[in-house]
Amino acid sequence: MSFAEPLTLRCGAVLRDYTLVYETYGTLNAERSNAVLVCHALNASHHVAGTYEGDPKSTGWWDNLIGPGRPLDTDRFFVIGVNNPGSCFGSTGPTHINPATQQPWGVDFPVMTVEDWVDAQARLCDALGIEQLAAVIGGSLGGMQALCWSMRYPSRLRHCIAIATAPNLSAQNIAFNEVARRAIVTDPDFHDGHYLAHGVVPKRGLRVARMIGHITYLSDDTMDAKFGRTLRAAIGAEVVQRSGSPRYTTLDIEFEIESYLRHQGDKFSEYFDANSYLLITRVLDYFDPAREHDGDLSAAFAAATARFQLVSFTTDWRFSPARSREIVKALLDNRLDVSYAEIAAPHGHDAFLLDDSRYHGVLRARFERIAREIDAGSHADLARPGLGIAT
Amino acid sequence: MSAGNDLDLIAGLVPTGSRVLDLGCGSGETLAYLRDRRQCTGYGIEIADANVLACEQRGVNVIQLNLEEGLAIFDDQSFDVVLQIDTLQHLRNTERMLAETARVGRIGIVTFPNFAHWPNRLSVIRGRMPVTKALPYEWYDTPNIRVSTYADFEVLARRCGLRILDAFGIQLGAPVRLCPNLLASVAVFKFERA
Repeated sequence: MSFAEPLTLRCGAVLRDYTLVYETYGTLNAERSNAVLVCHALNASHHVAGTYEGDPKSTGWWDNLIGPGRPLDTDRFFVIGVNNPGSCFGSTGPTHINPATQQPWGVDFPVMTVEDWVDAQARLCDALGIEQLAAVIGGSLGGMQALCWSMRYPSRLRHCIAIATAPNLSAQNIAFNEVARRAIVTDPDFHDGHYLAHGVVPKRGLRVARMIGHITYLSDDTMDAKFGRTLRAAIGAEVVQRSGSPRYTTLDIEFEIESYLRHQGDKFSEYFDANSYLLITRVLDYFDPAREHDGDLSAAFAAATARFQLVSFTTDWRFSPARSREIVKALLDNRLDVSYAEIAAPHGHDAFLLDDSRYHGVLRARFERIAREIDAGSHADLARPGLGIAT
Repeated sequence: MSAGNDLDLIAGLVPTGSRVLDLGCGSGETLAYLRDRRQCTGYGIEIADANVLACEQRGVNVIQLNLEEGLAIFDDQSFDVVLQIDTLQHLRNTERMLAETARVGRIGIVTFPNFAHWPNRLSVIRGRMPVTKALPYEWYDTPNIRVSTYADFEVLARRCGLRILDAFGIQLGAPVRLCPNLLASVAVFKFERA
């Protein structure tokens, strides 16, 4: 969908006109009260569920959660997936033409923030005729968007579901992002961010960026269980007895984990835009709603009225449970409705994309409750603040 | 059975419209009752996954935390009532949790199985640990790591600087105000910070 109305960004720049690519699933009811917005994280897109016709491999990134009969049931809800501007799956972004120069934006694409994204998403909702969303849901960076919705457009959502997220990134988290960015910008093919004009892509940098990211999304235990110290040559029955003997090479792949990371990096570098990666890691870095309130996160949520559901995973060290508890505390301080589940899943940050039954159980219960509210038609008075527990 | 009546009796101690924190809220039954019949608002704290799910299904606010880690996310006197229904006996740090209860809530309400109930005494006199409706476990598989008596709690409450506002026993769903230490299987205390 194209938007002609300029979007003023936090950085001061203005996107004069822009396109948002989105997908919807299910049917919007007559009262327009059953819409759920799904916010994507770093490298995902508007394609949240299902497959495209004739392409059985094109499964949506949150297909285990969203679909007919799934916890977020598309037979009951009207689900919206939208690609955020600055990303690289069709919405206006660095690979698109800058109207001022008639060249690809490249690295000159304005730096976005979570707030800008949420503003763009709100306009999409306007265009779809949805005044109030039944829920906004997201994990990781997507969770930040859900939280931002509750602060920025409090009357436009009834439930805010934020999973494996944080009120801001820690220094360590920013540090990981910076390593990824440096890998990209120091790639000789980066050409100061205008690699498209040179007909190349800084794939080496993208690969390394993805590798470091991937390490941080997994837990130590998962990696150990999945790969351990297994040598790559030891795969296959006949060479098993060789498993104790390394080849003593510094350049070749020796351990299984190396092979896995390289494969992930290769795959990623084929489809993701380097400038989008730089930009979206910055979106993460800049998110800090408490900053405008002298670091007081509770004050940042003062306007919020939504009912919150937070979920974290015990082995997630990139968006740890402690960070979710900070959010819970801020919501408690504002006497907002909040439920918080801390799932003892082994998979690290990646757990939010997996289908752990405890995790999906609480989400299913929440969406069933939201569906009941919609069926009861009681949603009109549900956005009141400080309502406490109520069905 | 008495469970429903027990809940009536305990809920009767909670002022209408209170903001309630329920420590070890189980499946959220008490909070749902207080919400539906006494217009209360609030949150439950639970550690068990199955109970967290049950609360979510009831539409009760539940926060999954280990109580042994304390109540740091809750401000002083931020609740009208803090409940510890059958929770006390599962906690290692009884004294600290009692102090935390009184810090966070203006009123604390604690219930627990009374080990000094006469059938329990009889059982011990006969040389065996009691197994009853209120204490339904064998000594080797009980989740209760602290067993205490009605009278014991009075002593601890004094030690923790708590003022007891009301106290009674419950036996078969009825309140017991005469010799509760002997005649009641469940002890109930309502207190505030002195």
